[in-house]
Amino acid sequence: MKSLAELQEIRNRTLNNIIMRKEDGQGVRVVVGMATCGIAAGARPVMSAFVEELAKRNLSNVTVTQMGCIGACRLEPIVEIIAPNEEKVTYVKMTPEKAARVVAEHIVNKQVVTEYTIGAAE
Amino acid sequence: MDMVRAHVLCCGGTGCTSSGCEAIIKEMETQLAANGLEKEIKVIKTGCFGLCALGPVMIVYPEGCFYSRVQAEDVKEIVEEHLLKGRIVKRLLYKETIEEDKIKSLNEVDFYKKQKRIALRNCGVIDPENIDEYIAFDGYKALGKCLTELSPTDVIEEIKKSGLRGRGGGGFPTGLKWQFAAASQNEKKYVCCNADEGDPGAFMDRSILEGDPHAVIEAMAIAGYAIGADQGYVYIRAEYPIAVKRLQIAIDQAKEYGLLGKGIFGTDFNFDLEIRLGAGAFVCGEETALMTSIEGKRGEPRPRPPFPAVKGLWEKPTILNNVETYANIPQIINNGADWFGSMGTEKSKGTKVFALGGKINNTGLVEIPMGTTLREIVEEIGGGIPNGKKFKAAQTGGPSGGCIPAHLMDTPIDYDSLIAIGSMMGSGGLIVMDEDNCMVDIAKFFLEFTVDESCGKCTPCRIGTRRLLELLTKITEGKGTMEDIDKMEELCYSIKESSLCGLGQTAPNPVLSTLRYFRDEYEAHVRDKVCPAGVCKALSKYMIDPEKCKGCSLCARQCPVGAISGEVRSPFVIAQDKCIKCGACMSGCKFGAIYKK
Ligand SMILES: Cc1cc2nc3c(=O)[nH]c(=O)nc-3n(C[C@H](O)[C@H](O)[C@H](O)COP(=O)(O)O)c2cc1C
Repeated sequence: MKSLAELQEIRNRTLNNIIMRKEDGQGVRVVVGMATCGIAAGARPVMSAFVEELAKRNLSNVTVTQMGCIGACRLEPIVEIIAPNEEKVTYVKMTPEKAARVVAEHIVNKQVVTEYTIGAAE
Repeated sequence: MDMVRAHVLCCGGTGCTSSGCEAIIKEMETQLAANGLEKEIKVIKTGCFGLCALGPVMIVYPEGCFYSRVQAEDVKEIVEEHLLKGRIVKRLLYKETIEEDKIKSLNEVDFYKKQKRIALRNCGVIDPENIDEYIAFDGYKALGKCLTELSPTDVIEEIKKSGLRGRGGGGFPTGLKWQFAAASQNEKKYVCCNADEGDPGAFMDRSILEGDPHAVIEAMAIAGYAIGADQGYVYIRAEYPIAVKRLQIAIDQAKEYGLLGKGIFGTDFNFDLEIRLGAGAFVCGEETALMTSIEGKRGEPRPRPPFPAVKGLWEKPTILNNVETYANIPQIINNGADWFGSMGTEKSKGTKVFALGGKINNTGLVEIPMGTTLREIVEEIGGGIPNGKKFKAAQTGGPSGGCIPAHLMDTPIDYDSLIAIGSMMGSGGLIVMDEDNCMVDIAKFFLEFTVDESCGKCTPCRIGTRRLLELLTKITEGKGTMEDIDKMEELCYSIKESSLCGLGQTAPNPVLSTLRYFRDEYEAHVRDKVCPAGVCKALSKYMIDPEKCKGCSLCARQCPVGAISGEVRSPFVIAQDKCIKCGACMSGCKFGAIYKK
């Protein structure tokens, strides 16, 4: 270890991995519906796609979790994106391809992909 | 790089290891693989979470779910329900965290609410075998700051200003100790860490080394910089294999990163660290005996002065601090002396870790701000006494300490208040006793320990403690006289005044403090020949209540010495001269007719 900068670099690199354990981890949450209806409709590959896409872009401060059935089974797979101080956005009938686009446009560029949202489907 | 969406933290401390966490971790890995989740979910073995009574414990992030008493059979359900489908397995949650239909954060439950984790900050949060995680939680930042921004004098001033006092028992101001060693002129100096932890019932230092070994390494390097030493030793007992292993891994990683070794952070500061194993003698926790032991000689104390800051290890200026003392140092440097000084009482700053044990619901490890009362620790954090029994006393300071009786439960826990009531902080064992504990027996227990552990170098300790134990034994056998009590008290003071080291100087404390608060119990043993708590065998009697006895003869058949006789269908009697007080009759009686007096 020759400098503080080197230490800082290790810190930043590792922070992504541990952010979910920090008390104040105020990040974006991706919540995938993983009840029986969700899994039957293909939620598992959707969740994997989110995880892969986030990893590829090395995004920190984003967590992926699951939720149960919210009652709109016909619209599964359902994914909610919850960002601090922003309204929750609910995407429906998700696919792995759509997941990649949501990461790129919504999570990275903060542009909601309106056509996939529950409002557009109803 | 793979993104990990969930972390499963399993406690791998000694407590949970003995309740079977290894098998659970293995099963977790098998189940994750079976569900194709091994890349998305990471299993991390951490140090102690503190709630050892509920082990094995597990926390799942990002939800922060706290699962307790997890068995290998439960793991499949956790993986399939929670980790795959996101349905939390309610039946395994720590019940204190369940509230209506949401889960409370662990910080809100009674056990953690009043705690303040500084020394234990990373325990149960990071993977102790991964230096990167320590660094991500601001590790080695304090060392970097010291080496690049502060002079050795600045560091010492900061520690002095923080008010930190030694957590190994004595409570000596840490900054002052460093200042003395810094002032000693010598081309070679040493930094030592006391991880001997000999108090029966104490496991704070072990848990810190198991859960956050880098904190101690970082602090020792800071100490080395402050006093001008380039070599450190951690003296740790061989009975702590997990702690030794993790500390060695941590030292190796720190060396690999150049955080130990030559030219740390590009400065001209060099520091190296080695482990020295102790064989587990209590006296080797005493500072001069510890250093003698590191030198490879028989661990015996020597008179002071000269103090170690002047002539310590290999006759060179040396500082010795306790594990927990060191664990506070990086936090003080990072957050400032004022931050640290804002916690605790006027003369005892910061927090103290206690190992809660004995008759208490939440046995485990707690870290509380100094000044918290014993009542808060026992009733709120500790969850009270099991089986509806009454609190009788708490023992702090182990074999060097004393008892705190019920009427002093509102005493704030700090160095000076504890001394004032005849106990001491000690290294942090806190054993709770209820009405079923006999205080004479407790004093005898600790005396047996010191008699065993006395190194024998000085007469007052070697022979004095043995005589004291003989008097105590005489009293518990109902053969004591009132003069014996006075004689005992006198002997206590002679041992205290004339022993060579702290072991003998404090050995009579358990006797003196129980005499102070429970003299009536001693007198009951002597004058009335009864043990009020019913513990001392020679003084207790098993009796059969003739009203309740149905004359079934079961007790007579169970008695191993044939002490019970009677006619079937009429009350039986116990022949007291034959009875060996094993209690087999009482536990066998179906009518509750046998009682102990
Ligand atoms: C018999 C005896 C046993 C001791 N055992 C320990 C021990 O296990 N751990 C410890 O840190 N200090 C122990 N001490 C206190 C040490 O001598 C010393 O004061 C302490 O390690 C200094 O560190 P501190 O200032 O950080 O507390 C013991 C003292 C005596 C007299």
